[in-house]
Amino acid sequence: MSLAKPDAINITTKQKVALATGIVGLLILALALFNTNFPNQGVFLTLALGMVSIGTIIYSREAYLTKLEGIKNDGVWFKSISSRGVWGWLVGVILTSFYIVLYFYPQYLGLGVDGAANTGLISLFDPLSQLLSGRNASQWFVYGTLYTIAILAFGYKFILKYRHNRYQQIRTISVMFFQLGFAFLIPEFMYVMNNDLPYYDLKSMWPLNYYIFDEWSVSGFLSNGNIGLALILFGIITIFVISPILTYKFGKRWYCSWVCGCGGLAETAGDSFRQLSSKKMSAWKIERWLIHLVLVFSVVMTTAMVYTYLGYDSNDFWLTKGVFISLVIGFLTIVFAGIMIFKRHELGKDVKYGAIGLFAVIILLVTMHFTGTTEHVFYVKAGALRSAYGIYIGSIFSGVIGTGFYPILGSRSWCRFGCPMAAILGFQQRLFSKFRITTNGGQCISCGNCSNSCEMGIDVRHYAQKGENIVRSSCVGCGICSAVCPRGVLKLENDSMNGRINPTEILLGNDVDLMELVNEK
Amino acid sequence: MNNIVIIGNGISGVTLARHIRKLSDKKITIISAETDYFFSRTALMYIYMGHMKFEHTQPYENWFWEKNRIELLNAYVEAIDTDNKSLRLANGSHLNYDKLIIATGSKPNKFGWPGQDLKGVMGMYHKQDLDNLEVHAPNKEVCKRAVIVGGGLIGIELAEMLNSRSIPVTFLVRESSFWNGVLPEGESQMINRHIKNHHIDLRLSTNLKEIKSDENGKVKSVVIEETGEEIPCNVVGLTAGVSPNIDFVKSSKIETGRGIKVNRFLETNIPDVYAIGDCAEQHEAIGNRRPIEAVWYTGRMMGETLAQTICDKRREYKPGHWFNSAKFLDIEYQTYGWVWAKPKENETHFHWKHEDDTKCLTVGYNKDTNEFIGINTFGIRMRHETFDTWLTEKRDVDYVMNHLSEANFDPEFYKHYEAEILSAYNKQLQTA
Ligand SMILES: Cc1cc2nc3c(=O)[nH]c(=O)nc-3n(C[C@H](O)[C@H](O)[C@H](O)COP(=O)(O)OP(=O)(O)OC[C@H]3O[C@@H](n4cnc5c(N)ncnc54)[C@H](O)[C@@H]3O)c2cc1C
Ligand code: SF4
Ligand code: SF4
Repeated sequence: MSLAKPDAINITTKQKVALATGIVGLLILALALFNTNFPNQGVFLTLALGMVSIGTIIYSREAYLTKLEGIKNDGVWFKSISSRGVWGWLVGVILTSFYIVLYFYPQYLGLGVDGAANTGLISLFDPLSQLLSGRNASQWFVYGTLYTIAILAFGYKFILKYRHNRYQQIRTISVMFFQLGFAFLIPEFMYVMNNDLPYYDLKSMWPLNYYIFDEWSVSGFLSNGNIGLALILFGIITIFVISPILTYKFGKRWYCSWVCGCGGLAETAGDSFRQLSSKKMSAWKIERWLIHLVLVFSVVMTTAMVYTYLGYDSNDFWLTKGVFISLVIGFLTIVFAGIMIFKRHELGKDVKYGAIGLFAVIILLVTMHFTGTTEHVFYVKAGALRSAYGIYIGSIFSGVIGTGFYPILGSRSWCRFGCPMAAILGFQQRLFSKFRITTNGGQCISCGNCSNSCEMGIDVRHYAQKGENIVRSSCVGCGICSAVCPRGVLKLENDSMNGRINPTEILLGNDVDLMELVNEK
Repeated sequence: MNNIVIIGNGISGVTLARHIRKLSDKKITIISAETDYFFSRTALMYIYMGHMKFEHTQPYENWFWEKNRIELLNAYVEAIDTDNKSLRLANGSHLNYDKLIIATGSKPNKFGWPGQDLKGVMGMYHKQDLDNLEVHAPNKEVCKRAVIVGGGLIGIELAEMLNSRSIPVTFLVRESSFWNGVLPEGESQMINRHIKNHHIDLRLSTNLKEIKSDENGKVKSVVIEETGEEIPCNVVGLTAGVSPNIDFVKSSKIETGRGIKVNRFLETNIPDVYAIGDCAEQHEAIGNRRPIEAVWYTGRMMGETLAQTICDKRREYKPGHWFNSAKFLDIEYQTYGWVWAKPKENETHFHWKHEDDTKCLTVGYNKDTNEFIGINTFGIRMRHETFDTWLTEKRDVDYVMNHLSEANFDPEFYKHYEAEILSAYNKQLQTA
């Protein structure tokens, strides 16, 4: 029983006080949720958020600054909350319920419908929303605020935990910055400047931002003249130009563990749960299927959506339905052909499914286009596809399961099993990137610390103990495997593409002739 | 000749089995009395510290063995009959082999201290030792103090383990400075200070006289040889080195010394019987290596090599340049080539230490030819491949010092010390 042991890891009195402070802060929010009407909302909101943040800050200072610098994983598998104990399940249930209410029953959070004033929890956030953008709060504003506070407070904790590791510190400052600036503040200010623009988090790319090409969104941008046009062009350029270049140079980590908000939450608030992600081969199999299915789904869905609102006549606008679908098919075919010609031998287990998925989409689109069924299928189904995607992938998978199940499935289950963005970046990372985790010759002692801490469920040791570099599409480059390795075996680096993937049988340190004999392929 | 039996499911036995499977279709059986499946002994400490659970220390999932047709047998081998090529197991049954490989590892040394078999006295080698520690030292209420005897790599790991559960530790070290039979002075003393910074009661030049029992046969205290001081404690960890675990071989015709005697082909005096890993003893030391090398990498390399021989490509065991690594509480240590505690004749050391007292490095070289012979680093990671190449190319020490940054393996954005190290090195040359 994991519950029998934790008395070994006592918390200090100061930490208990800090914990209590944080809980009182949460309690204020809970009271608001149950419709307590606070007299002076601004004061109580400040109090609630302040107490949660200060509680976390004091707690982490006491936890880390009282000890020497180093790896701080003592008791992780004894503590109930971080080892799927009672507390873990409880937090999981609370988080999951919160997401269900947020996505499907915002009225219970106090959202005023049809112009009615907000009540409950949402009304508590009205003063802050008024301050930032001069309008009342919505459930998304409440969520965004709490999300940002979580990344900032736990980000601070994470920085203290890894205060000997500059890679971790800089990376964490980066996710804190992007969350606070790009996801939270800038969209509010953009609204102040021009309140017709759709909400746009500049760093959130399609397909993560699956609604950017929805009709309301596109027409929202286009009806706003040059700014709108610039924004939507920026969106397209990030996907097709900026992201491929950055991923080539640095691997998908530039996005997944430096910029992305989902990643940001997983790395900070989710840090205590990273060890829970399954390292089993069977989990990897599920991952390969699932993530590529979601990708196929999102590509087809987006194509269908755009298709429906484009016109037939090229005199109105050059991009007609016909041109568009041909462009999509053409682009996907070029990518597919390129991979099959140049990278056929490097597909490995992880991107084979991606290639199959890609091929499936092409065939699907081509058949539909040439049999003339596109019209029918897309017209009837585009709306249904879009709303199914929104509910099942956008809400349930990424929110309810992805974050709500942190204490059960580990901190990155969405990023690992569901995120279509991660699938695209990973596909490129495996095939066309300078990034890899270099294994240090024969130094690995197979201890398993690296695999244990990998939030993406990669069995890092499997490669390290063979002296093989880790080049996996799912690796988000968080660098924790490298940090916790007690023998200095792993280094994240960007280097030449040659010799990046280097399977070996005999490790460095043994007889050189034997190494040459056996390792040559 | 196709029935291969391996005694011991540690890194050496398992590496051997994996490589035999890659090269052939022979029947492979691995026997062990310790655990059903291979686990990483080096990770034992992390289980007690709560970083990992036992299953996380198993490098292969349980289906791996069946898939690769490697049979696992949980049994204790009591005796080997080489005339009939048969093993006697503790459950009374017998097992035949065509080729036998002994890979039984080590056991903790006990030097005949009075009280060394009391309850609460233990080594830290097998899974059973860990279970035992969990019984006697689950927390600081049950175990009010632990005494560790023997200042080596396992001793300091045990100290770190107990420390993680806030159990006070007294650490008795026979030498005048921690592990100074291996580490040069400056490094050893830095580690002394680091140990004390972790509030571990380090007693240098201190020997154990006896372990005292309470009325229930449990340890009550230890007495110190030099001062006669009696230290009350509930657990005593004996970590004064290990020796080959080969008692059950002694009744056979296989030649033994401290370990099982093998030649450079890892063959014993009896045909078709081999020994690898911690339990093997070379007739003659290979280069500067010791005849028995109780380290992980040696077991693995012997396994890699012997698989060739077993699969009819007879091959000498020819390890490359020495390397090793360890971690002393928060400070990582790596070594490549040879850096002796005291430089040998015609050798000398360059030593640099960072002012924060957690990073240092020692470079050994030949004072006549300037040839670089080895490096120890603390708190700075180095690239194995680079040093392996430099050692093979017999680079001189100036080259190494000027190109040190090429060998750096620290994570990105870490502070670099090469410039500081180089200027210290140049200064030393001027004053020397
Ligand atoms: C706590 C600890 C930390 C360590 N850390 C490091 C490190 O960081 N780096 C490093 O290089 N080395 C380290 N070592 C040493 C390293 O673990 C050993 O050198 C290595 O495990 C030896 O492997 P082996 O295969 O020879 O034997 P073992 O791993 O000892 O395996 C032998 C197996 O055979 C079984 N066995 C023995 N006799 C019989 C019998 N008669 N019948 C059936 N089964 C039997 C044993 O129970 C055991 O399971 C460490 C050792 C310990 C204990
Ligand atoms: S392999 Fe390492 S860097 Fe990549 S996601 Fe896993 S822990 Fe992070
Ligand atoms: S790479 Fe490091 S952490 Fe991973 S198994 Fe090897 S020694 Fe352990």
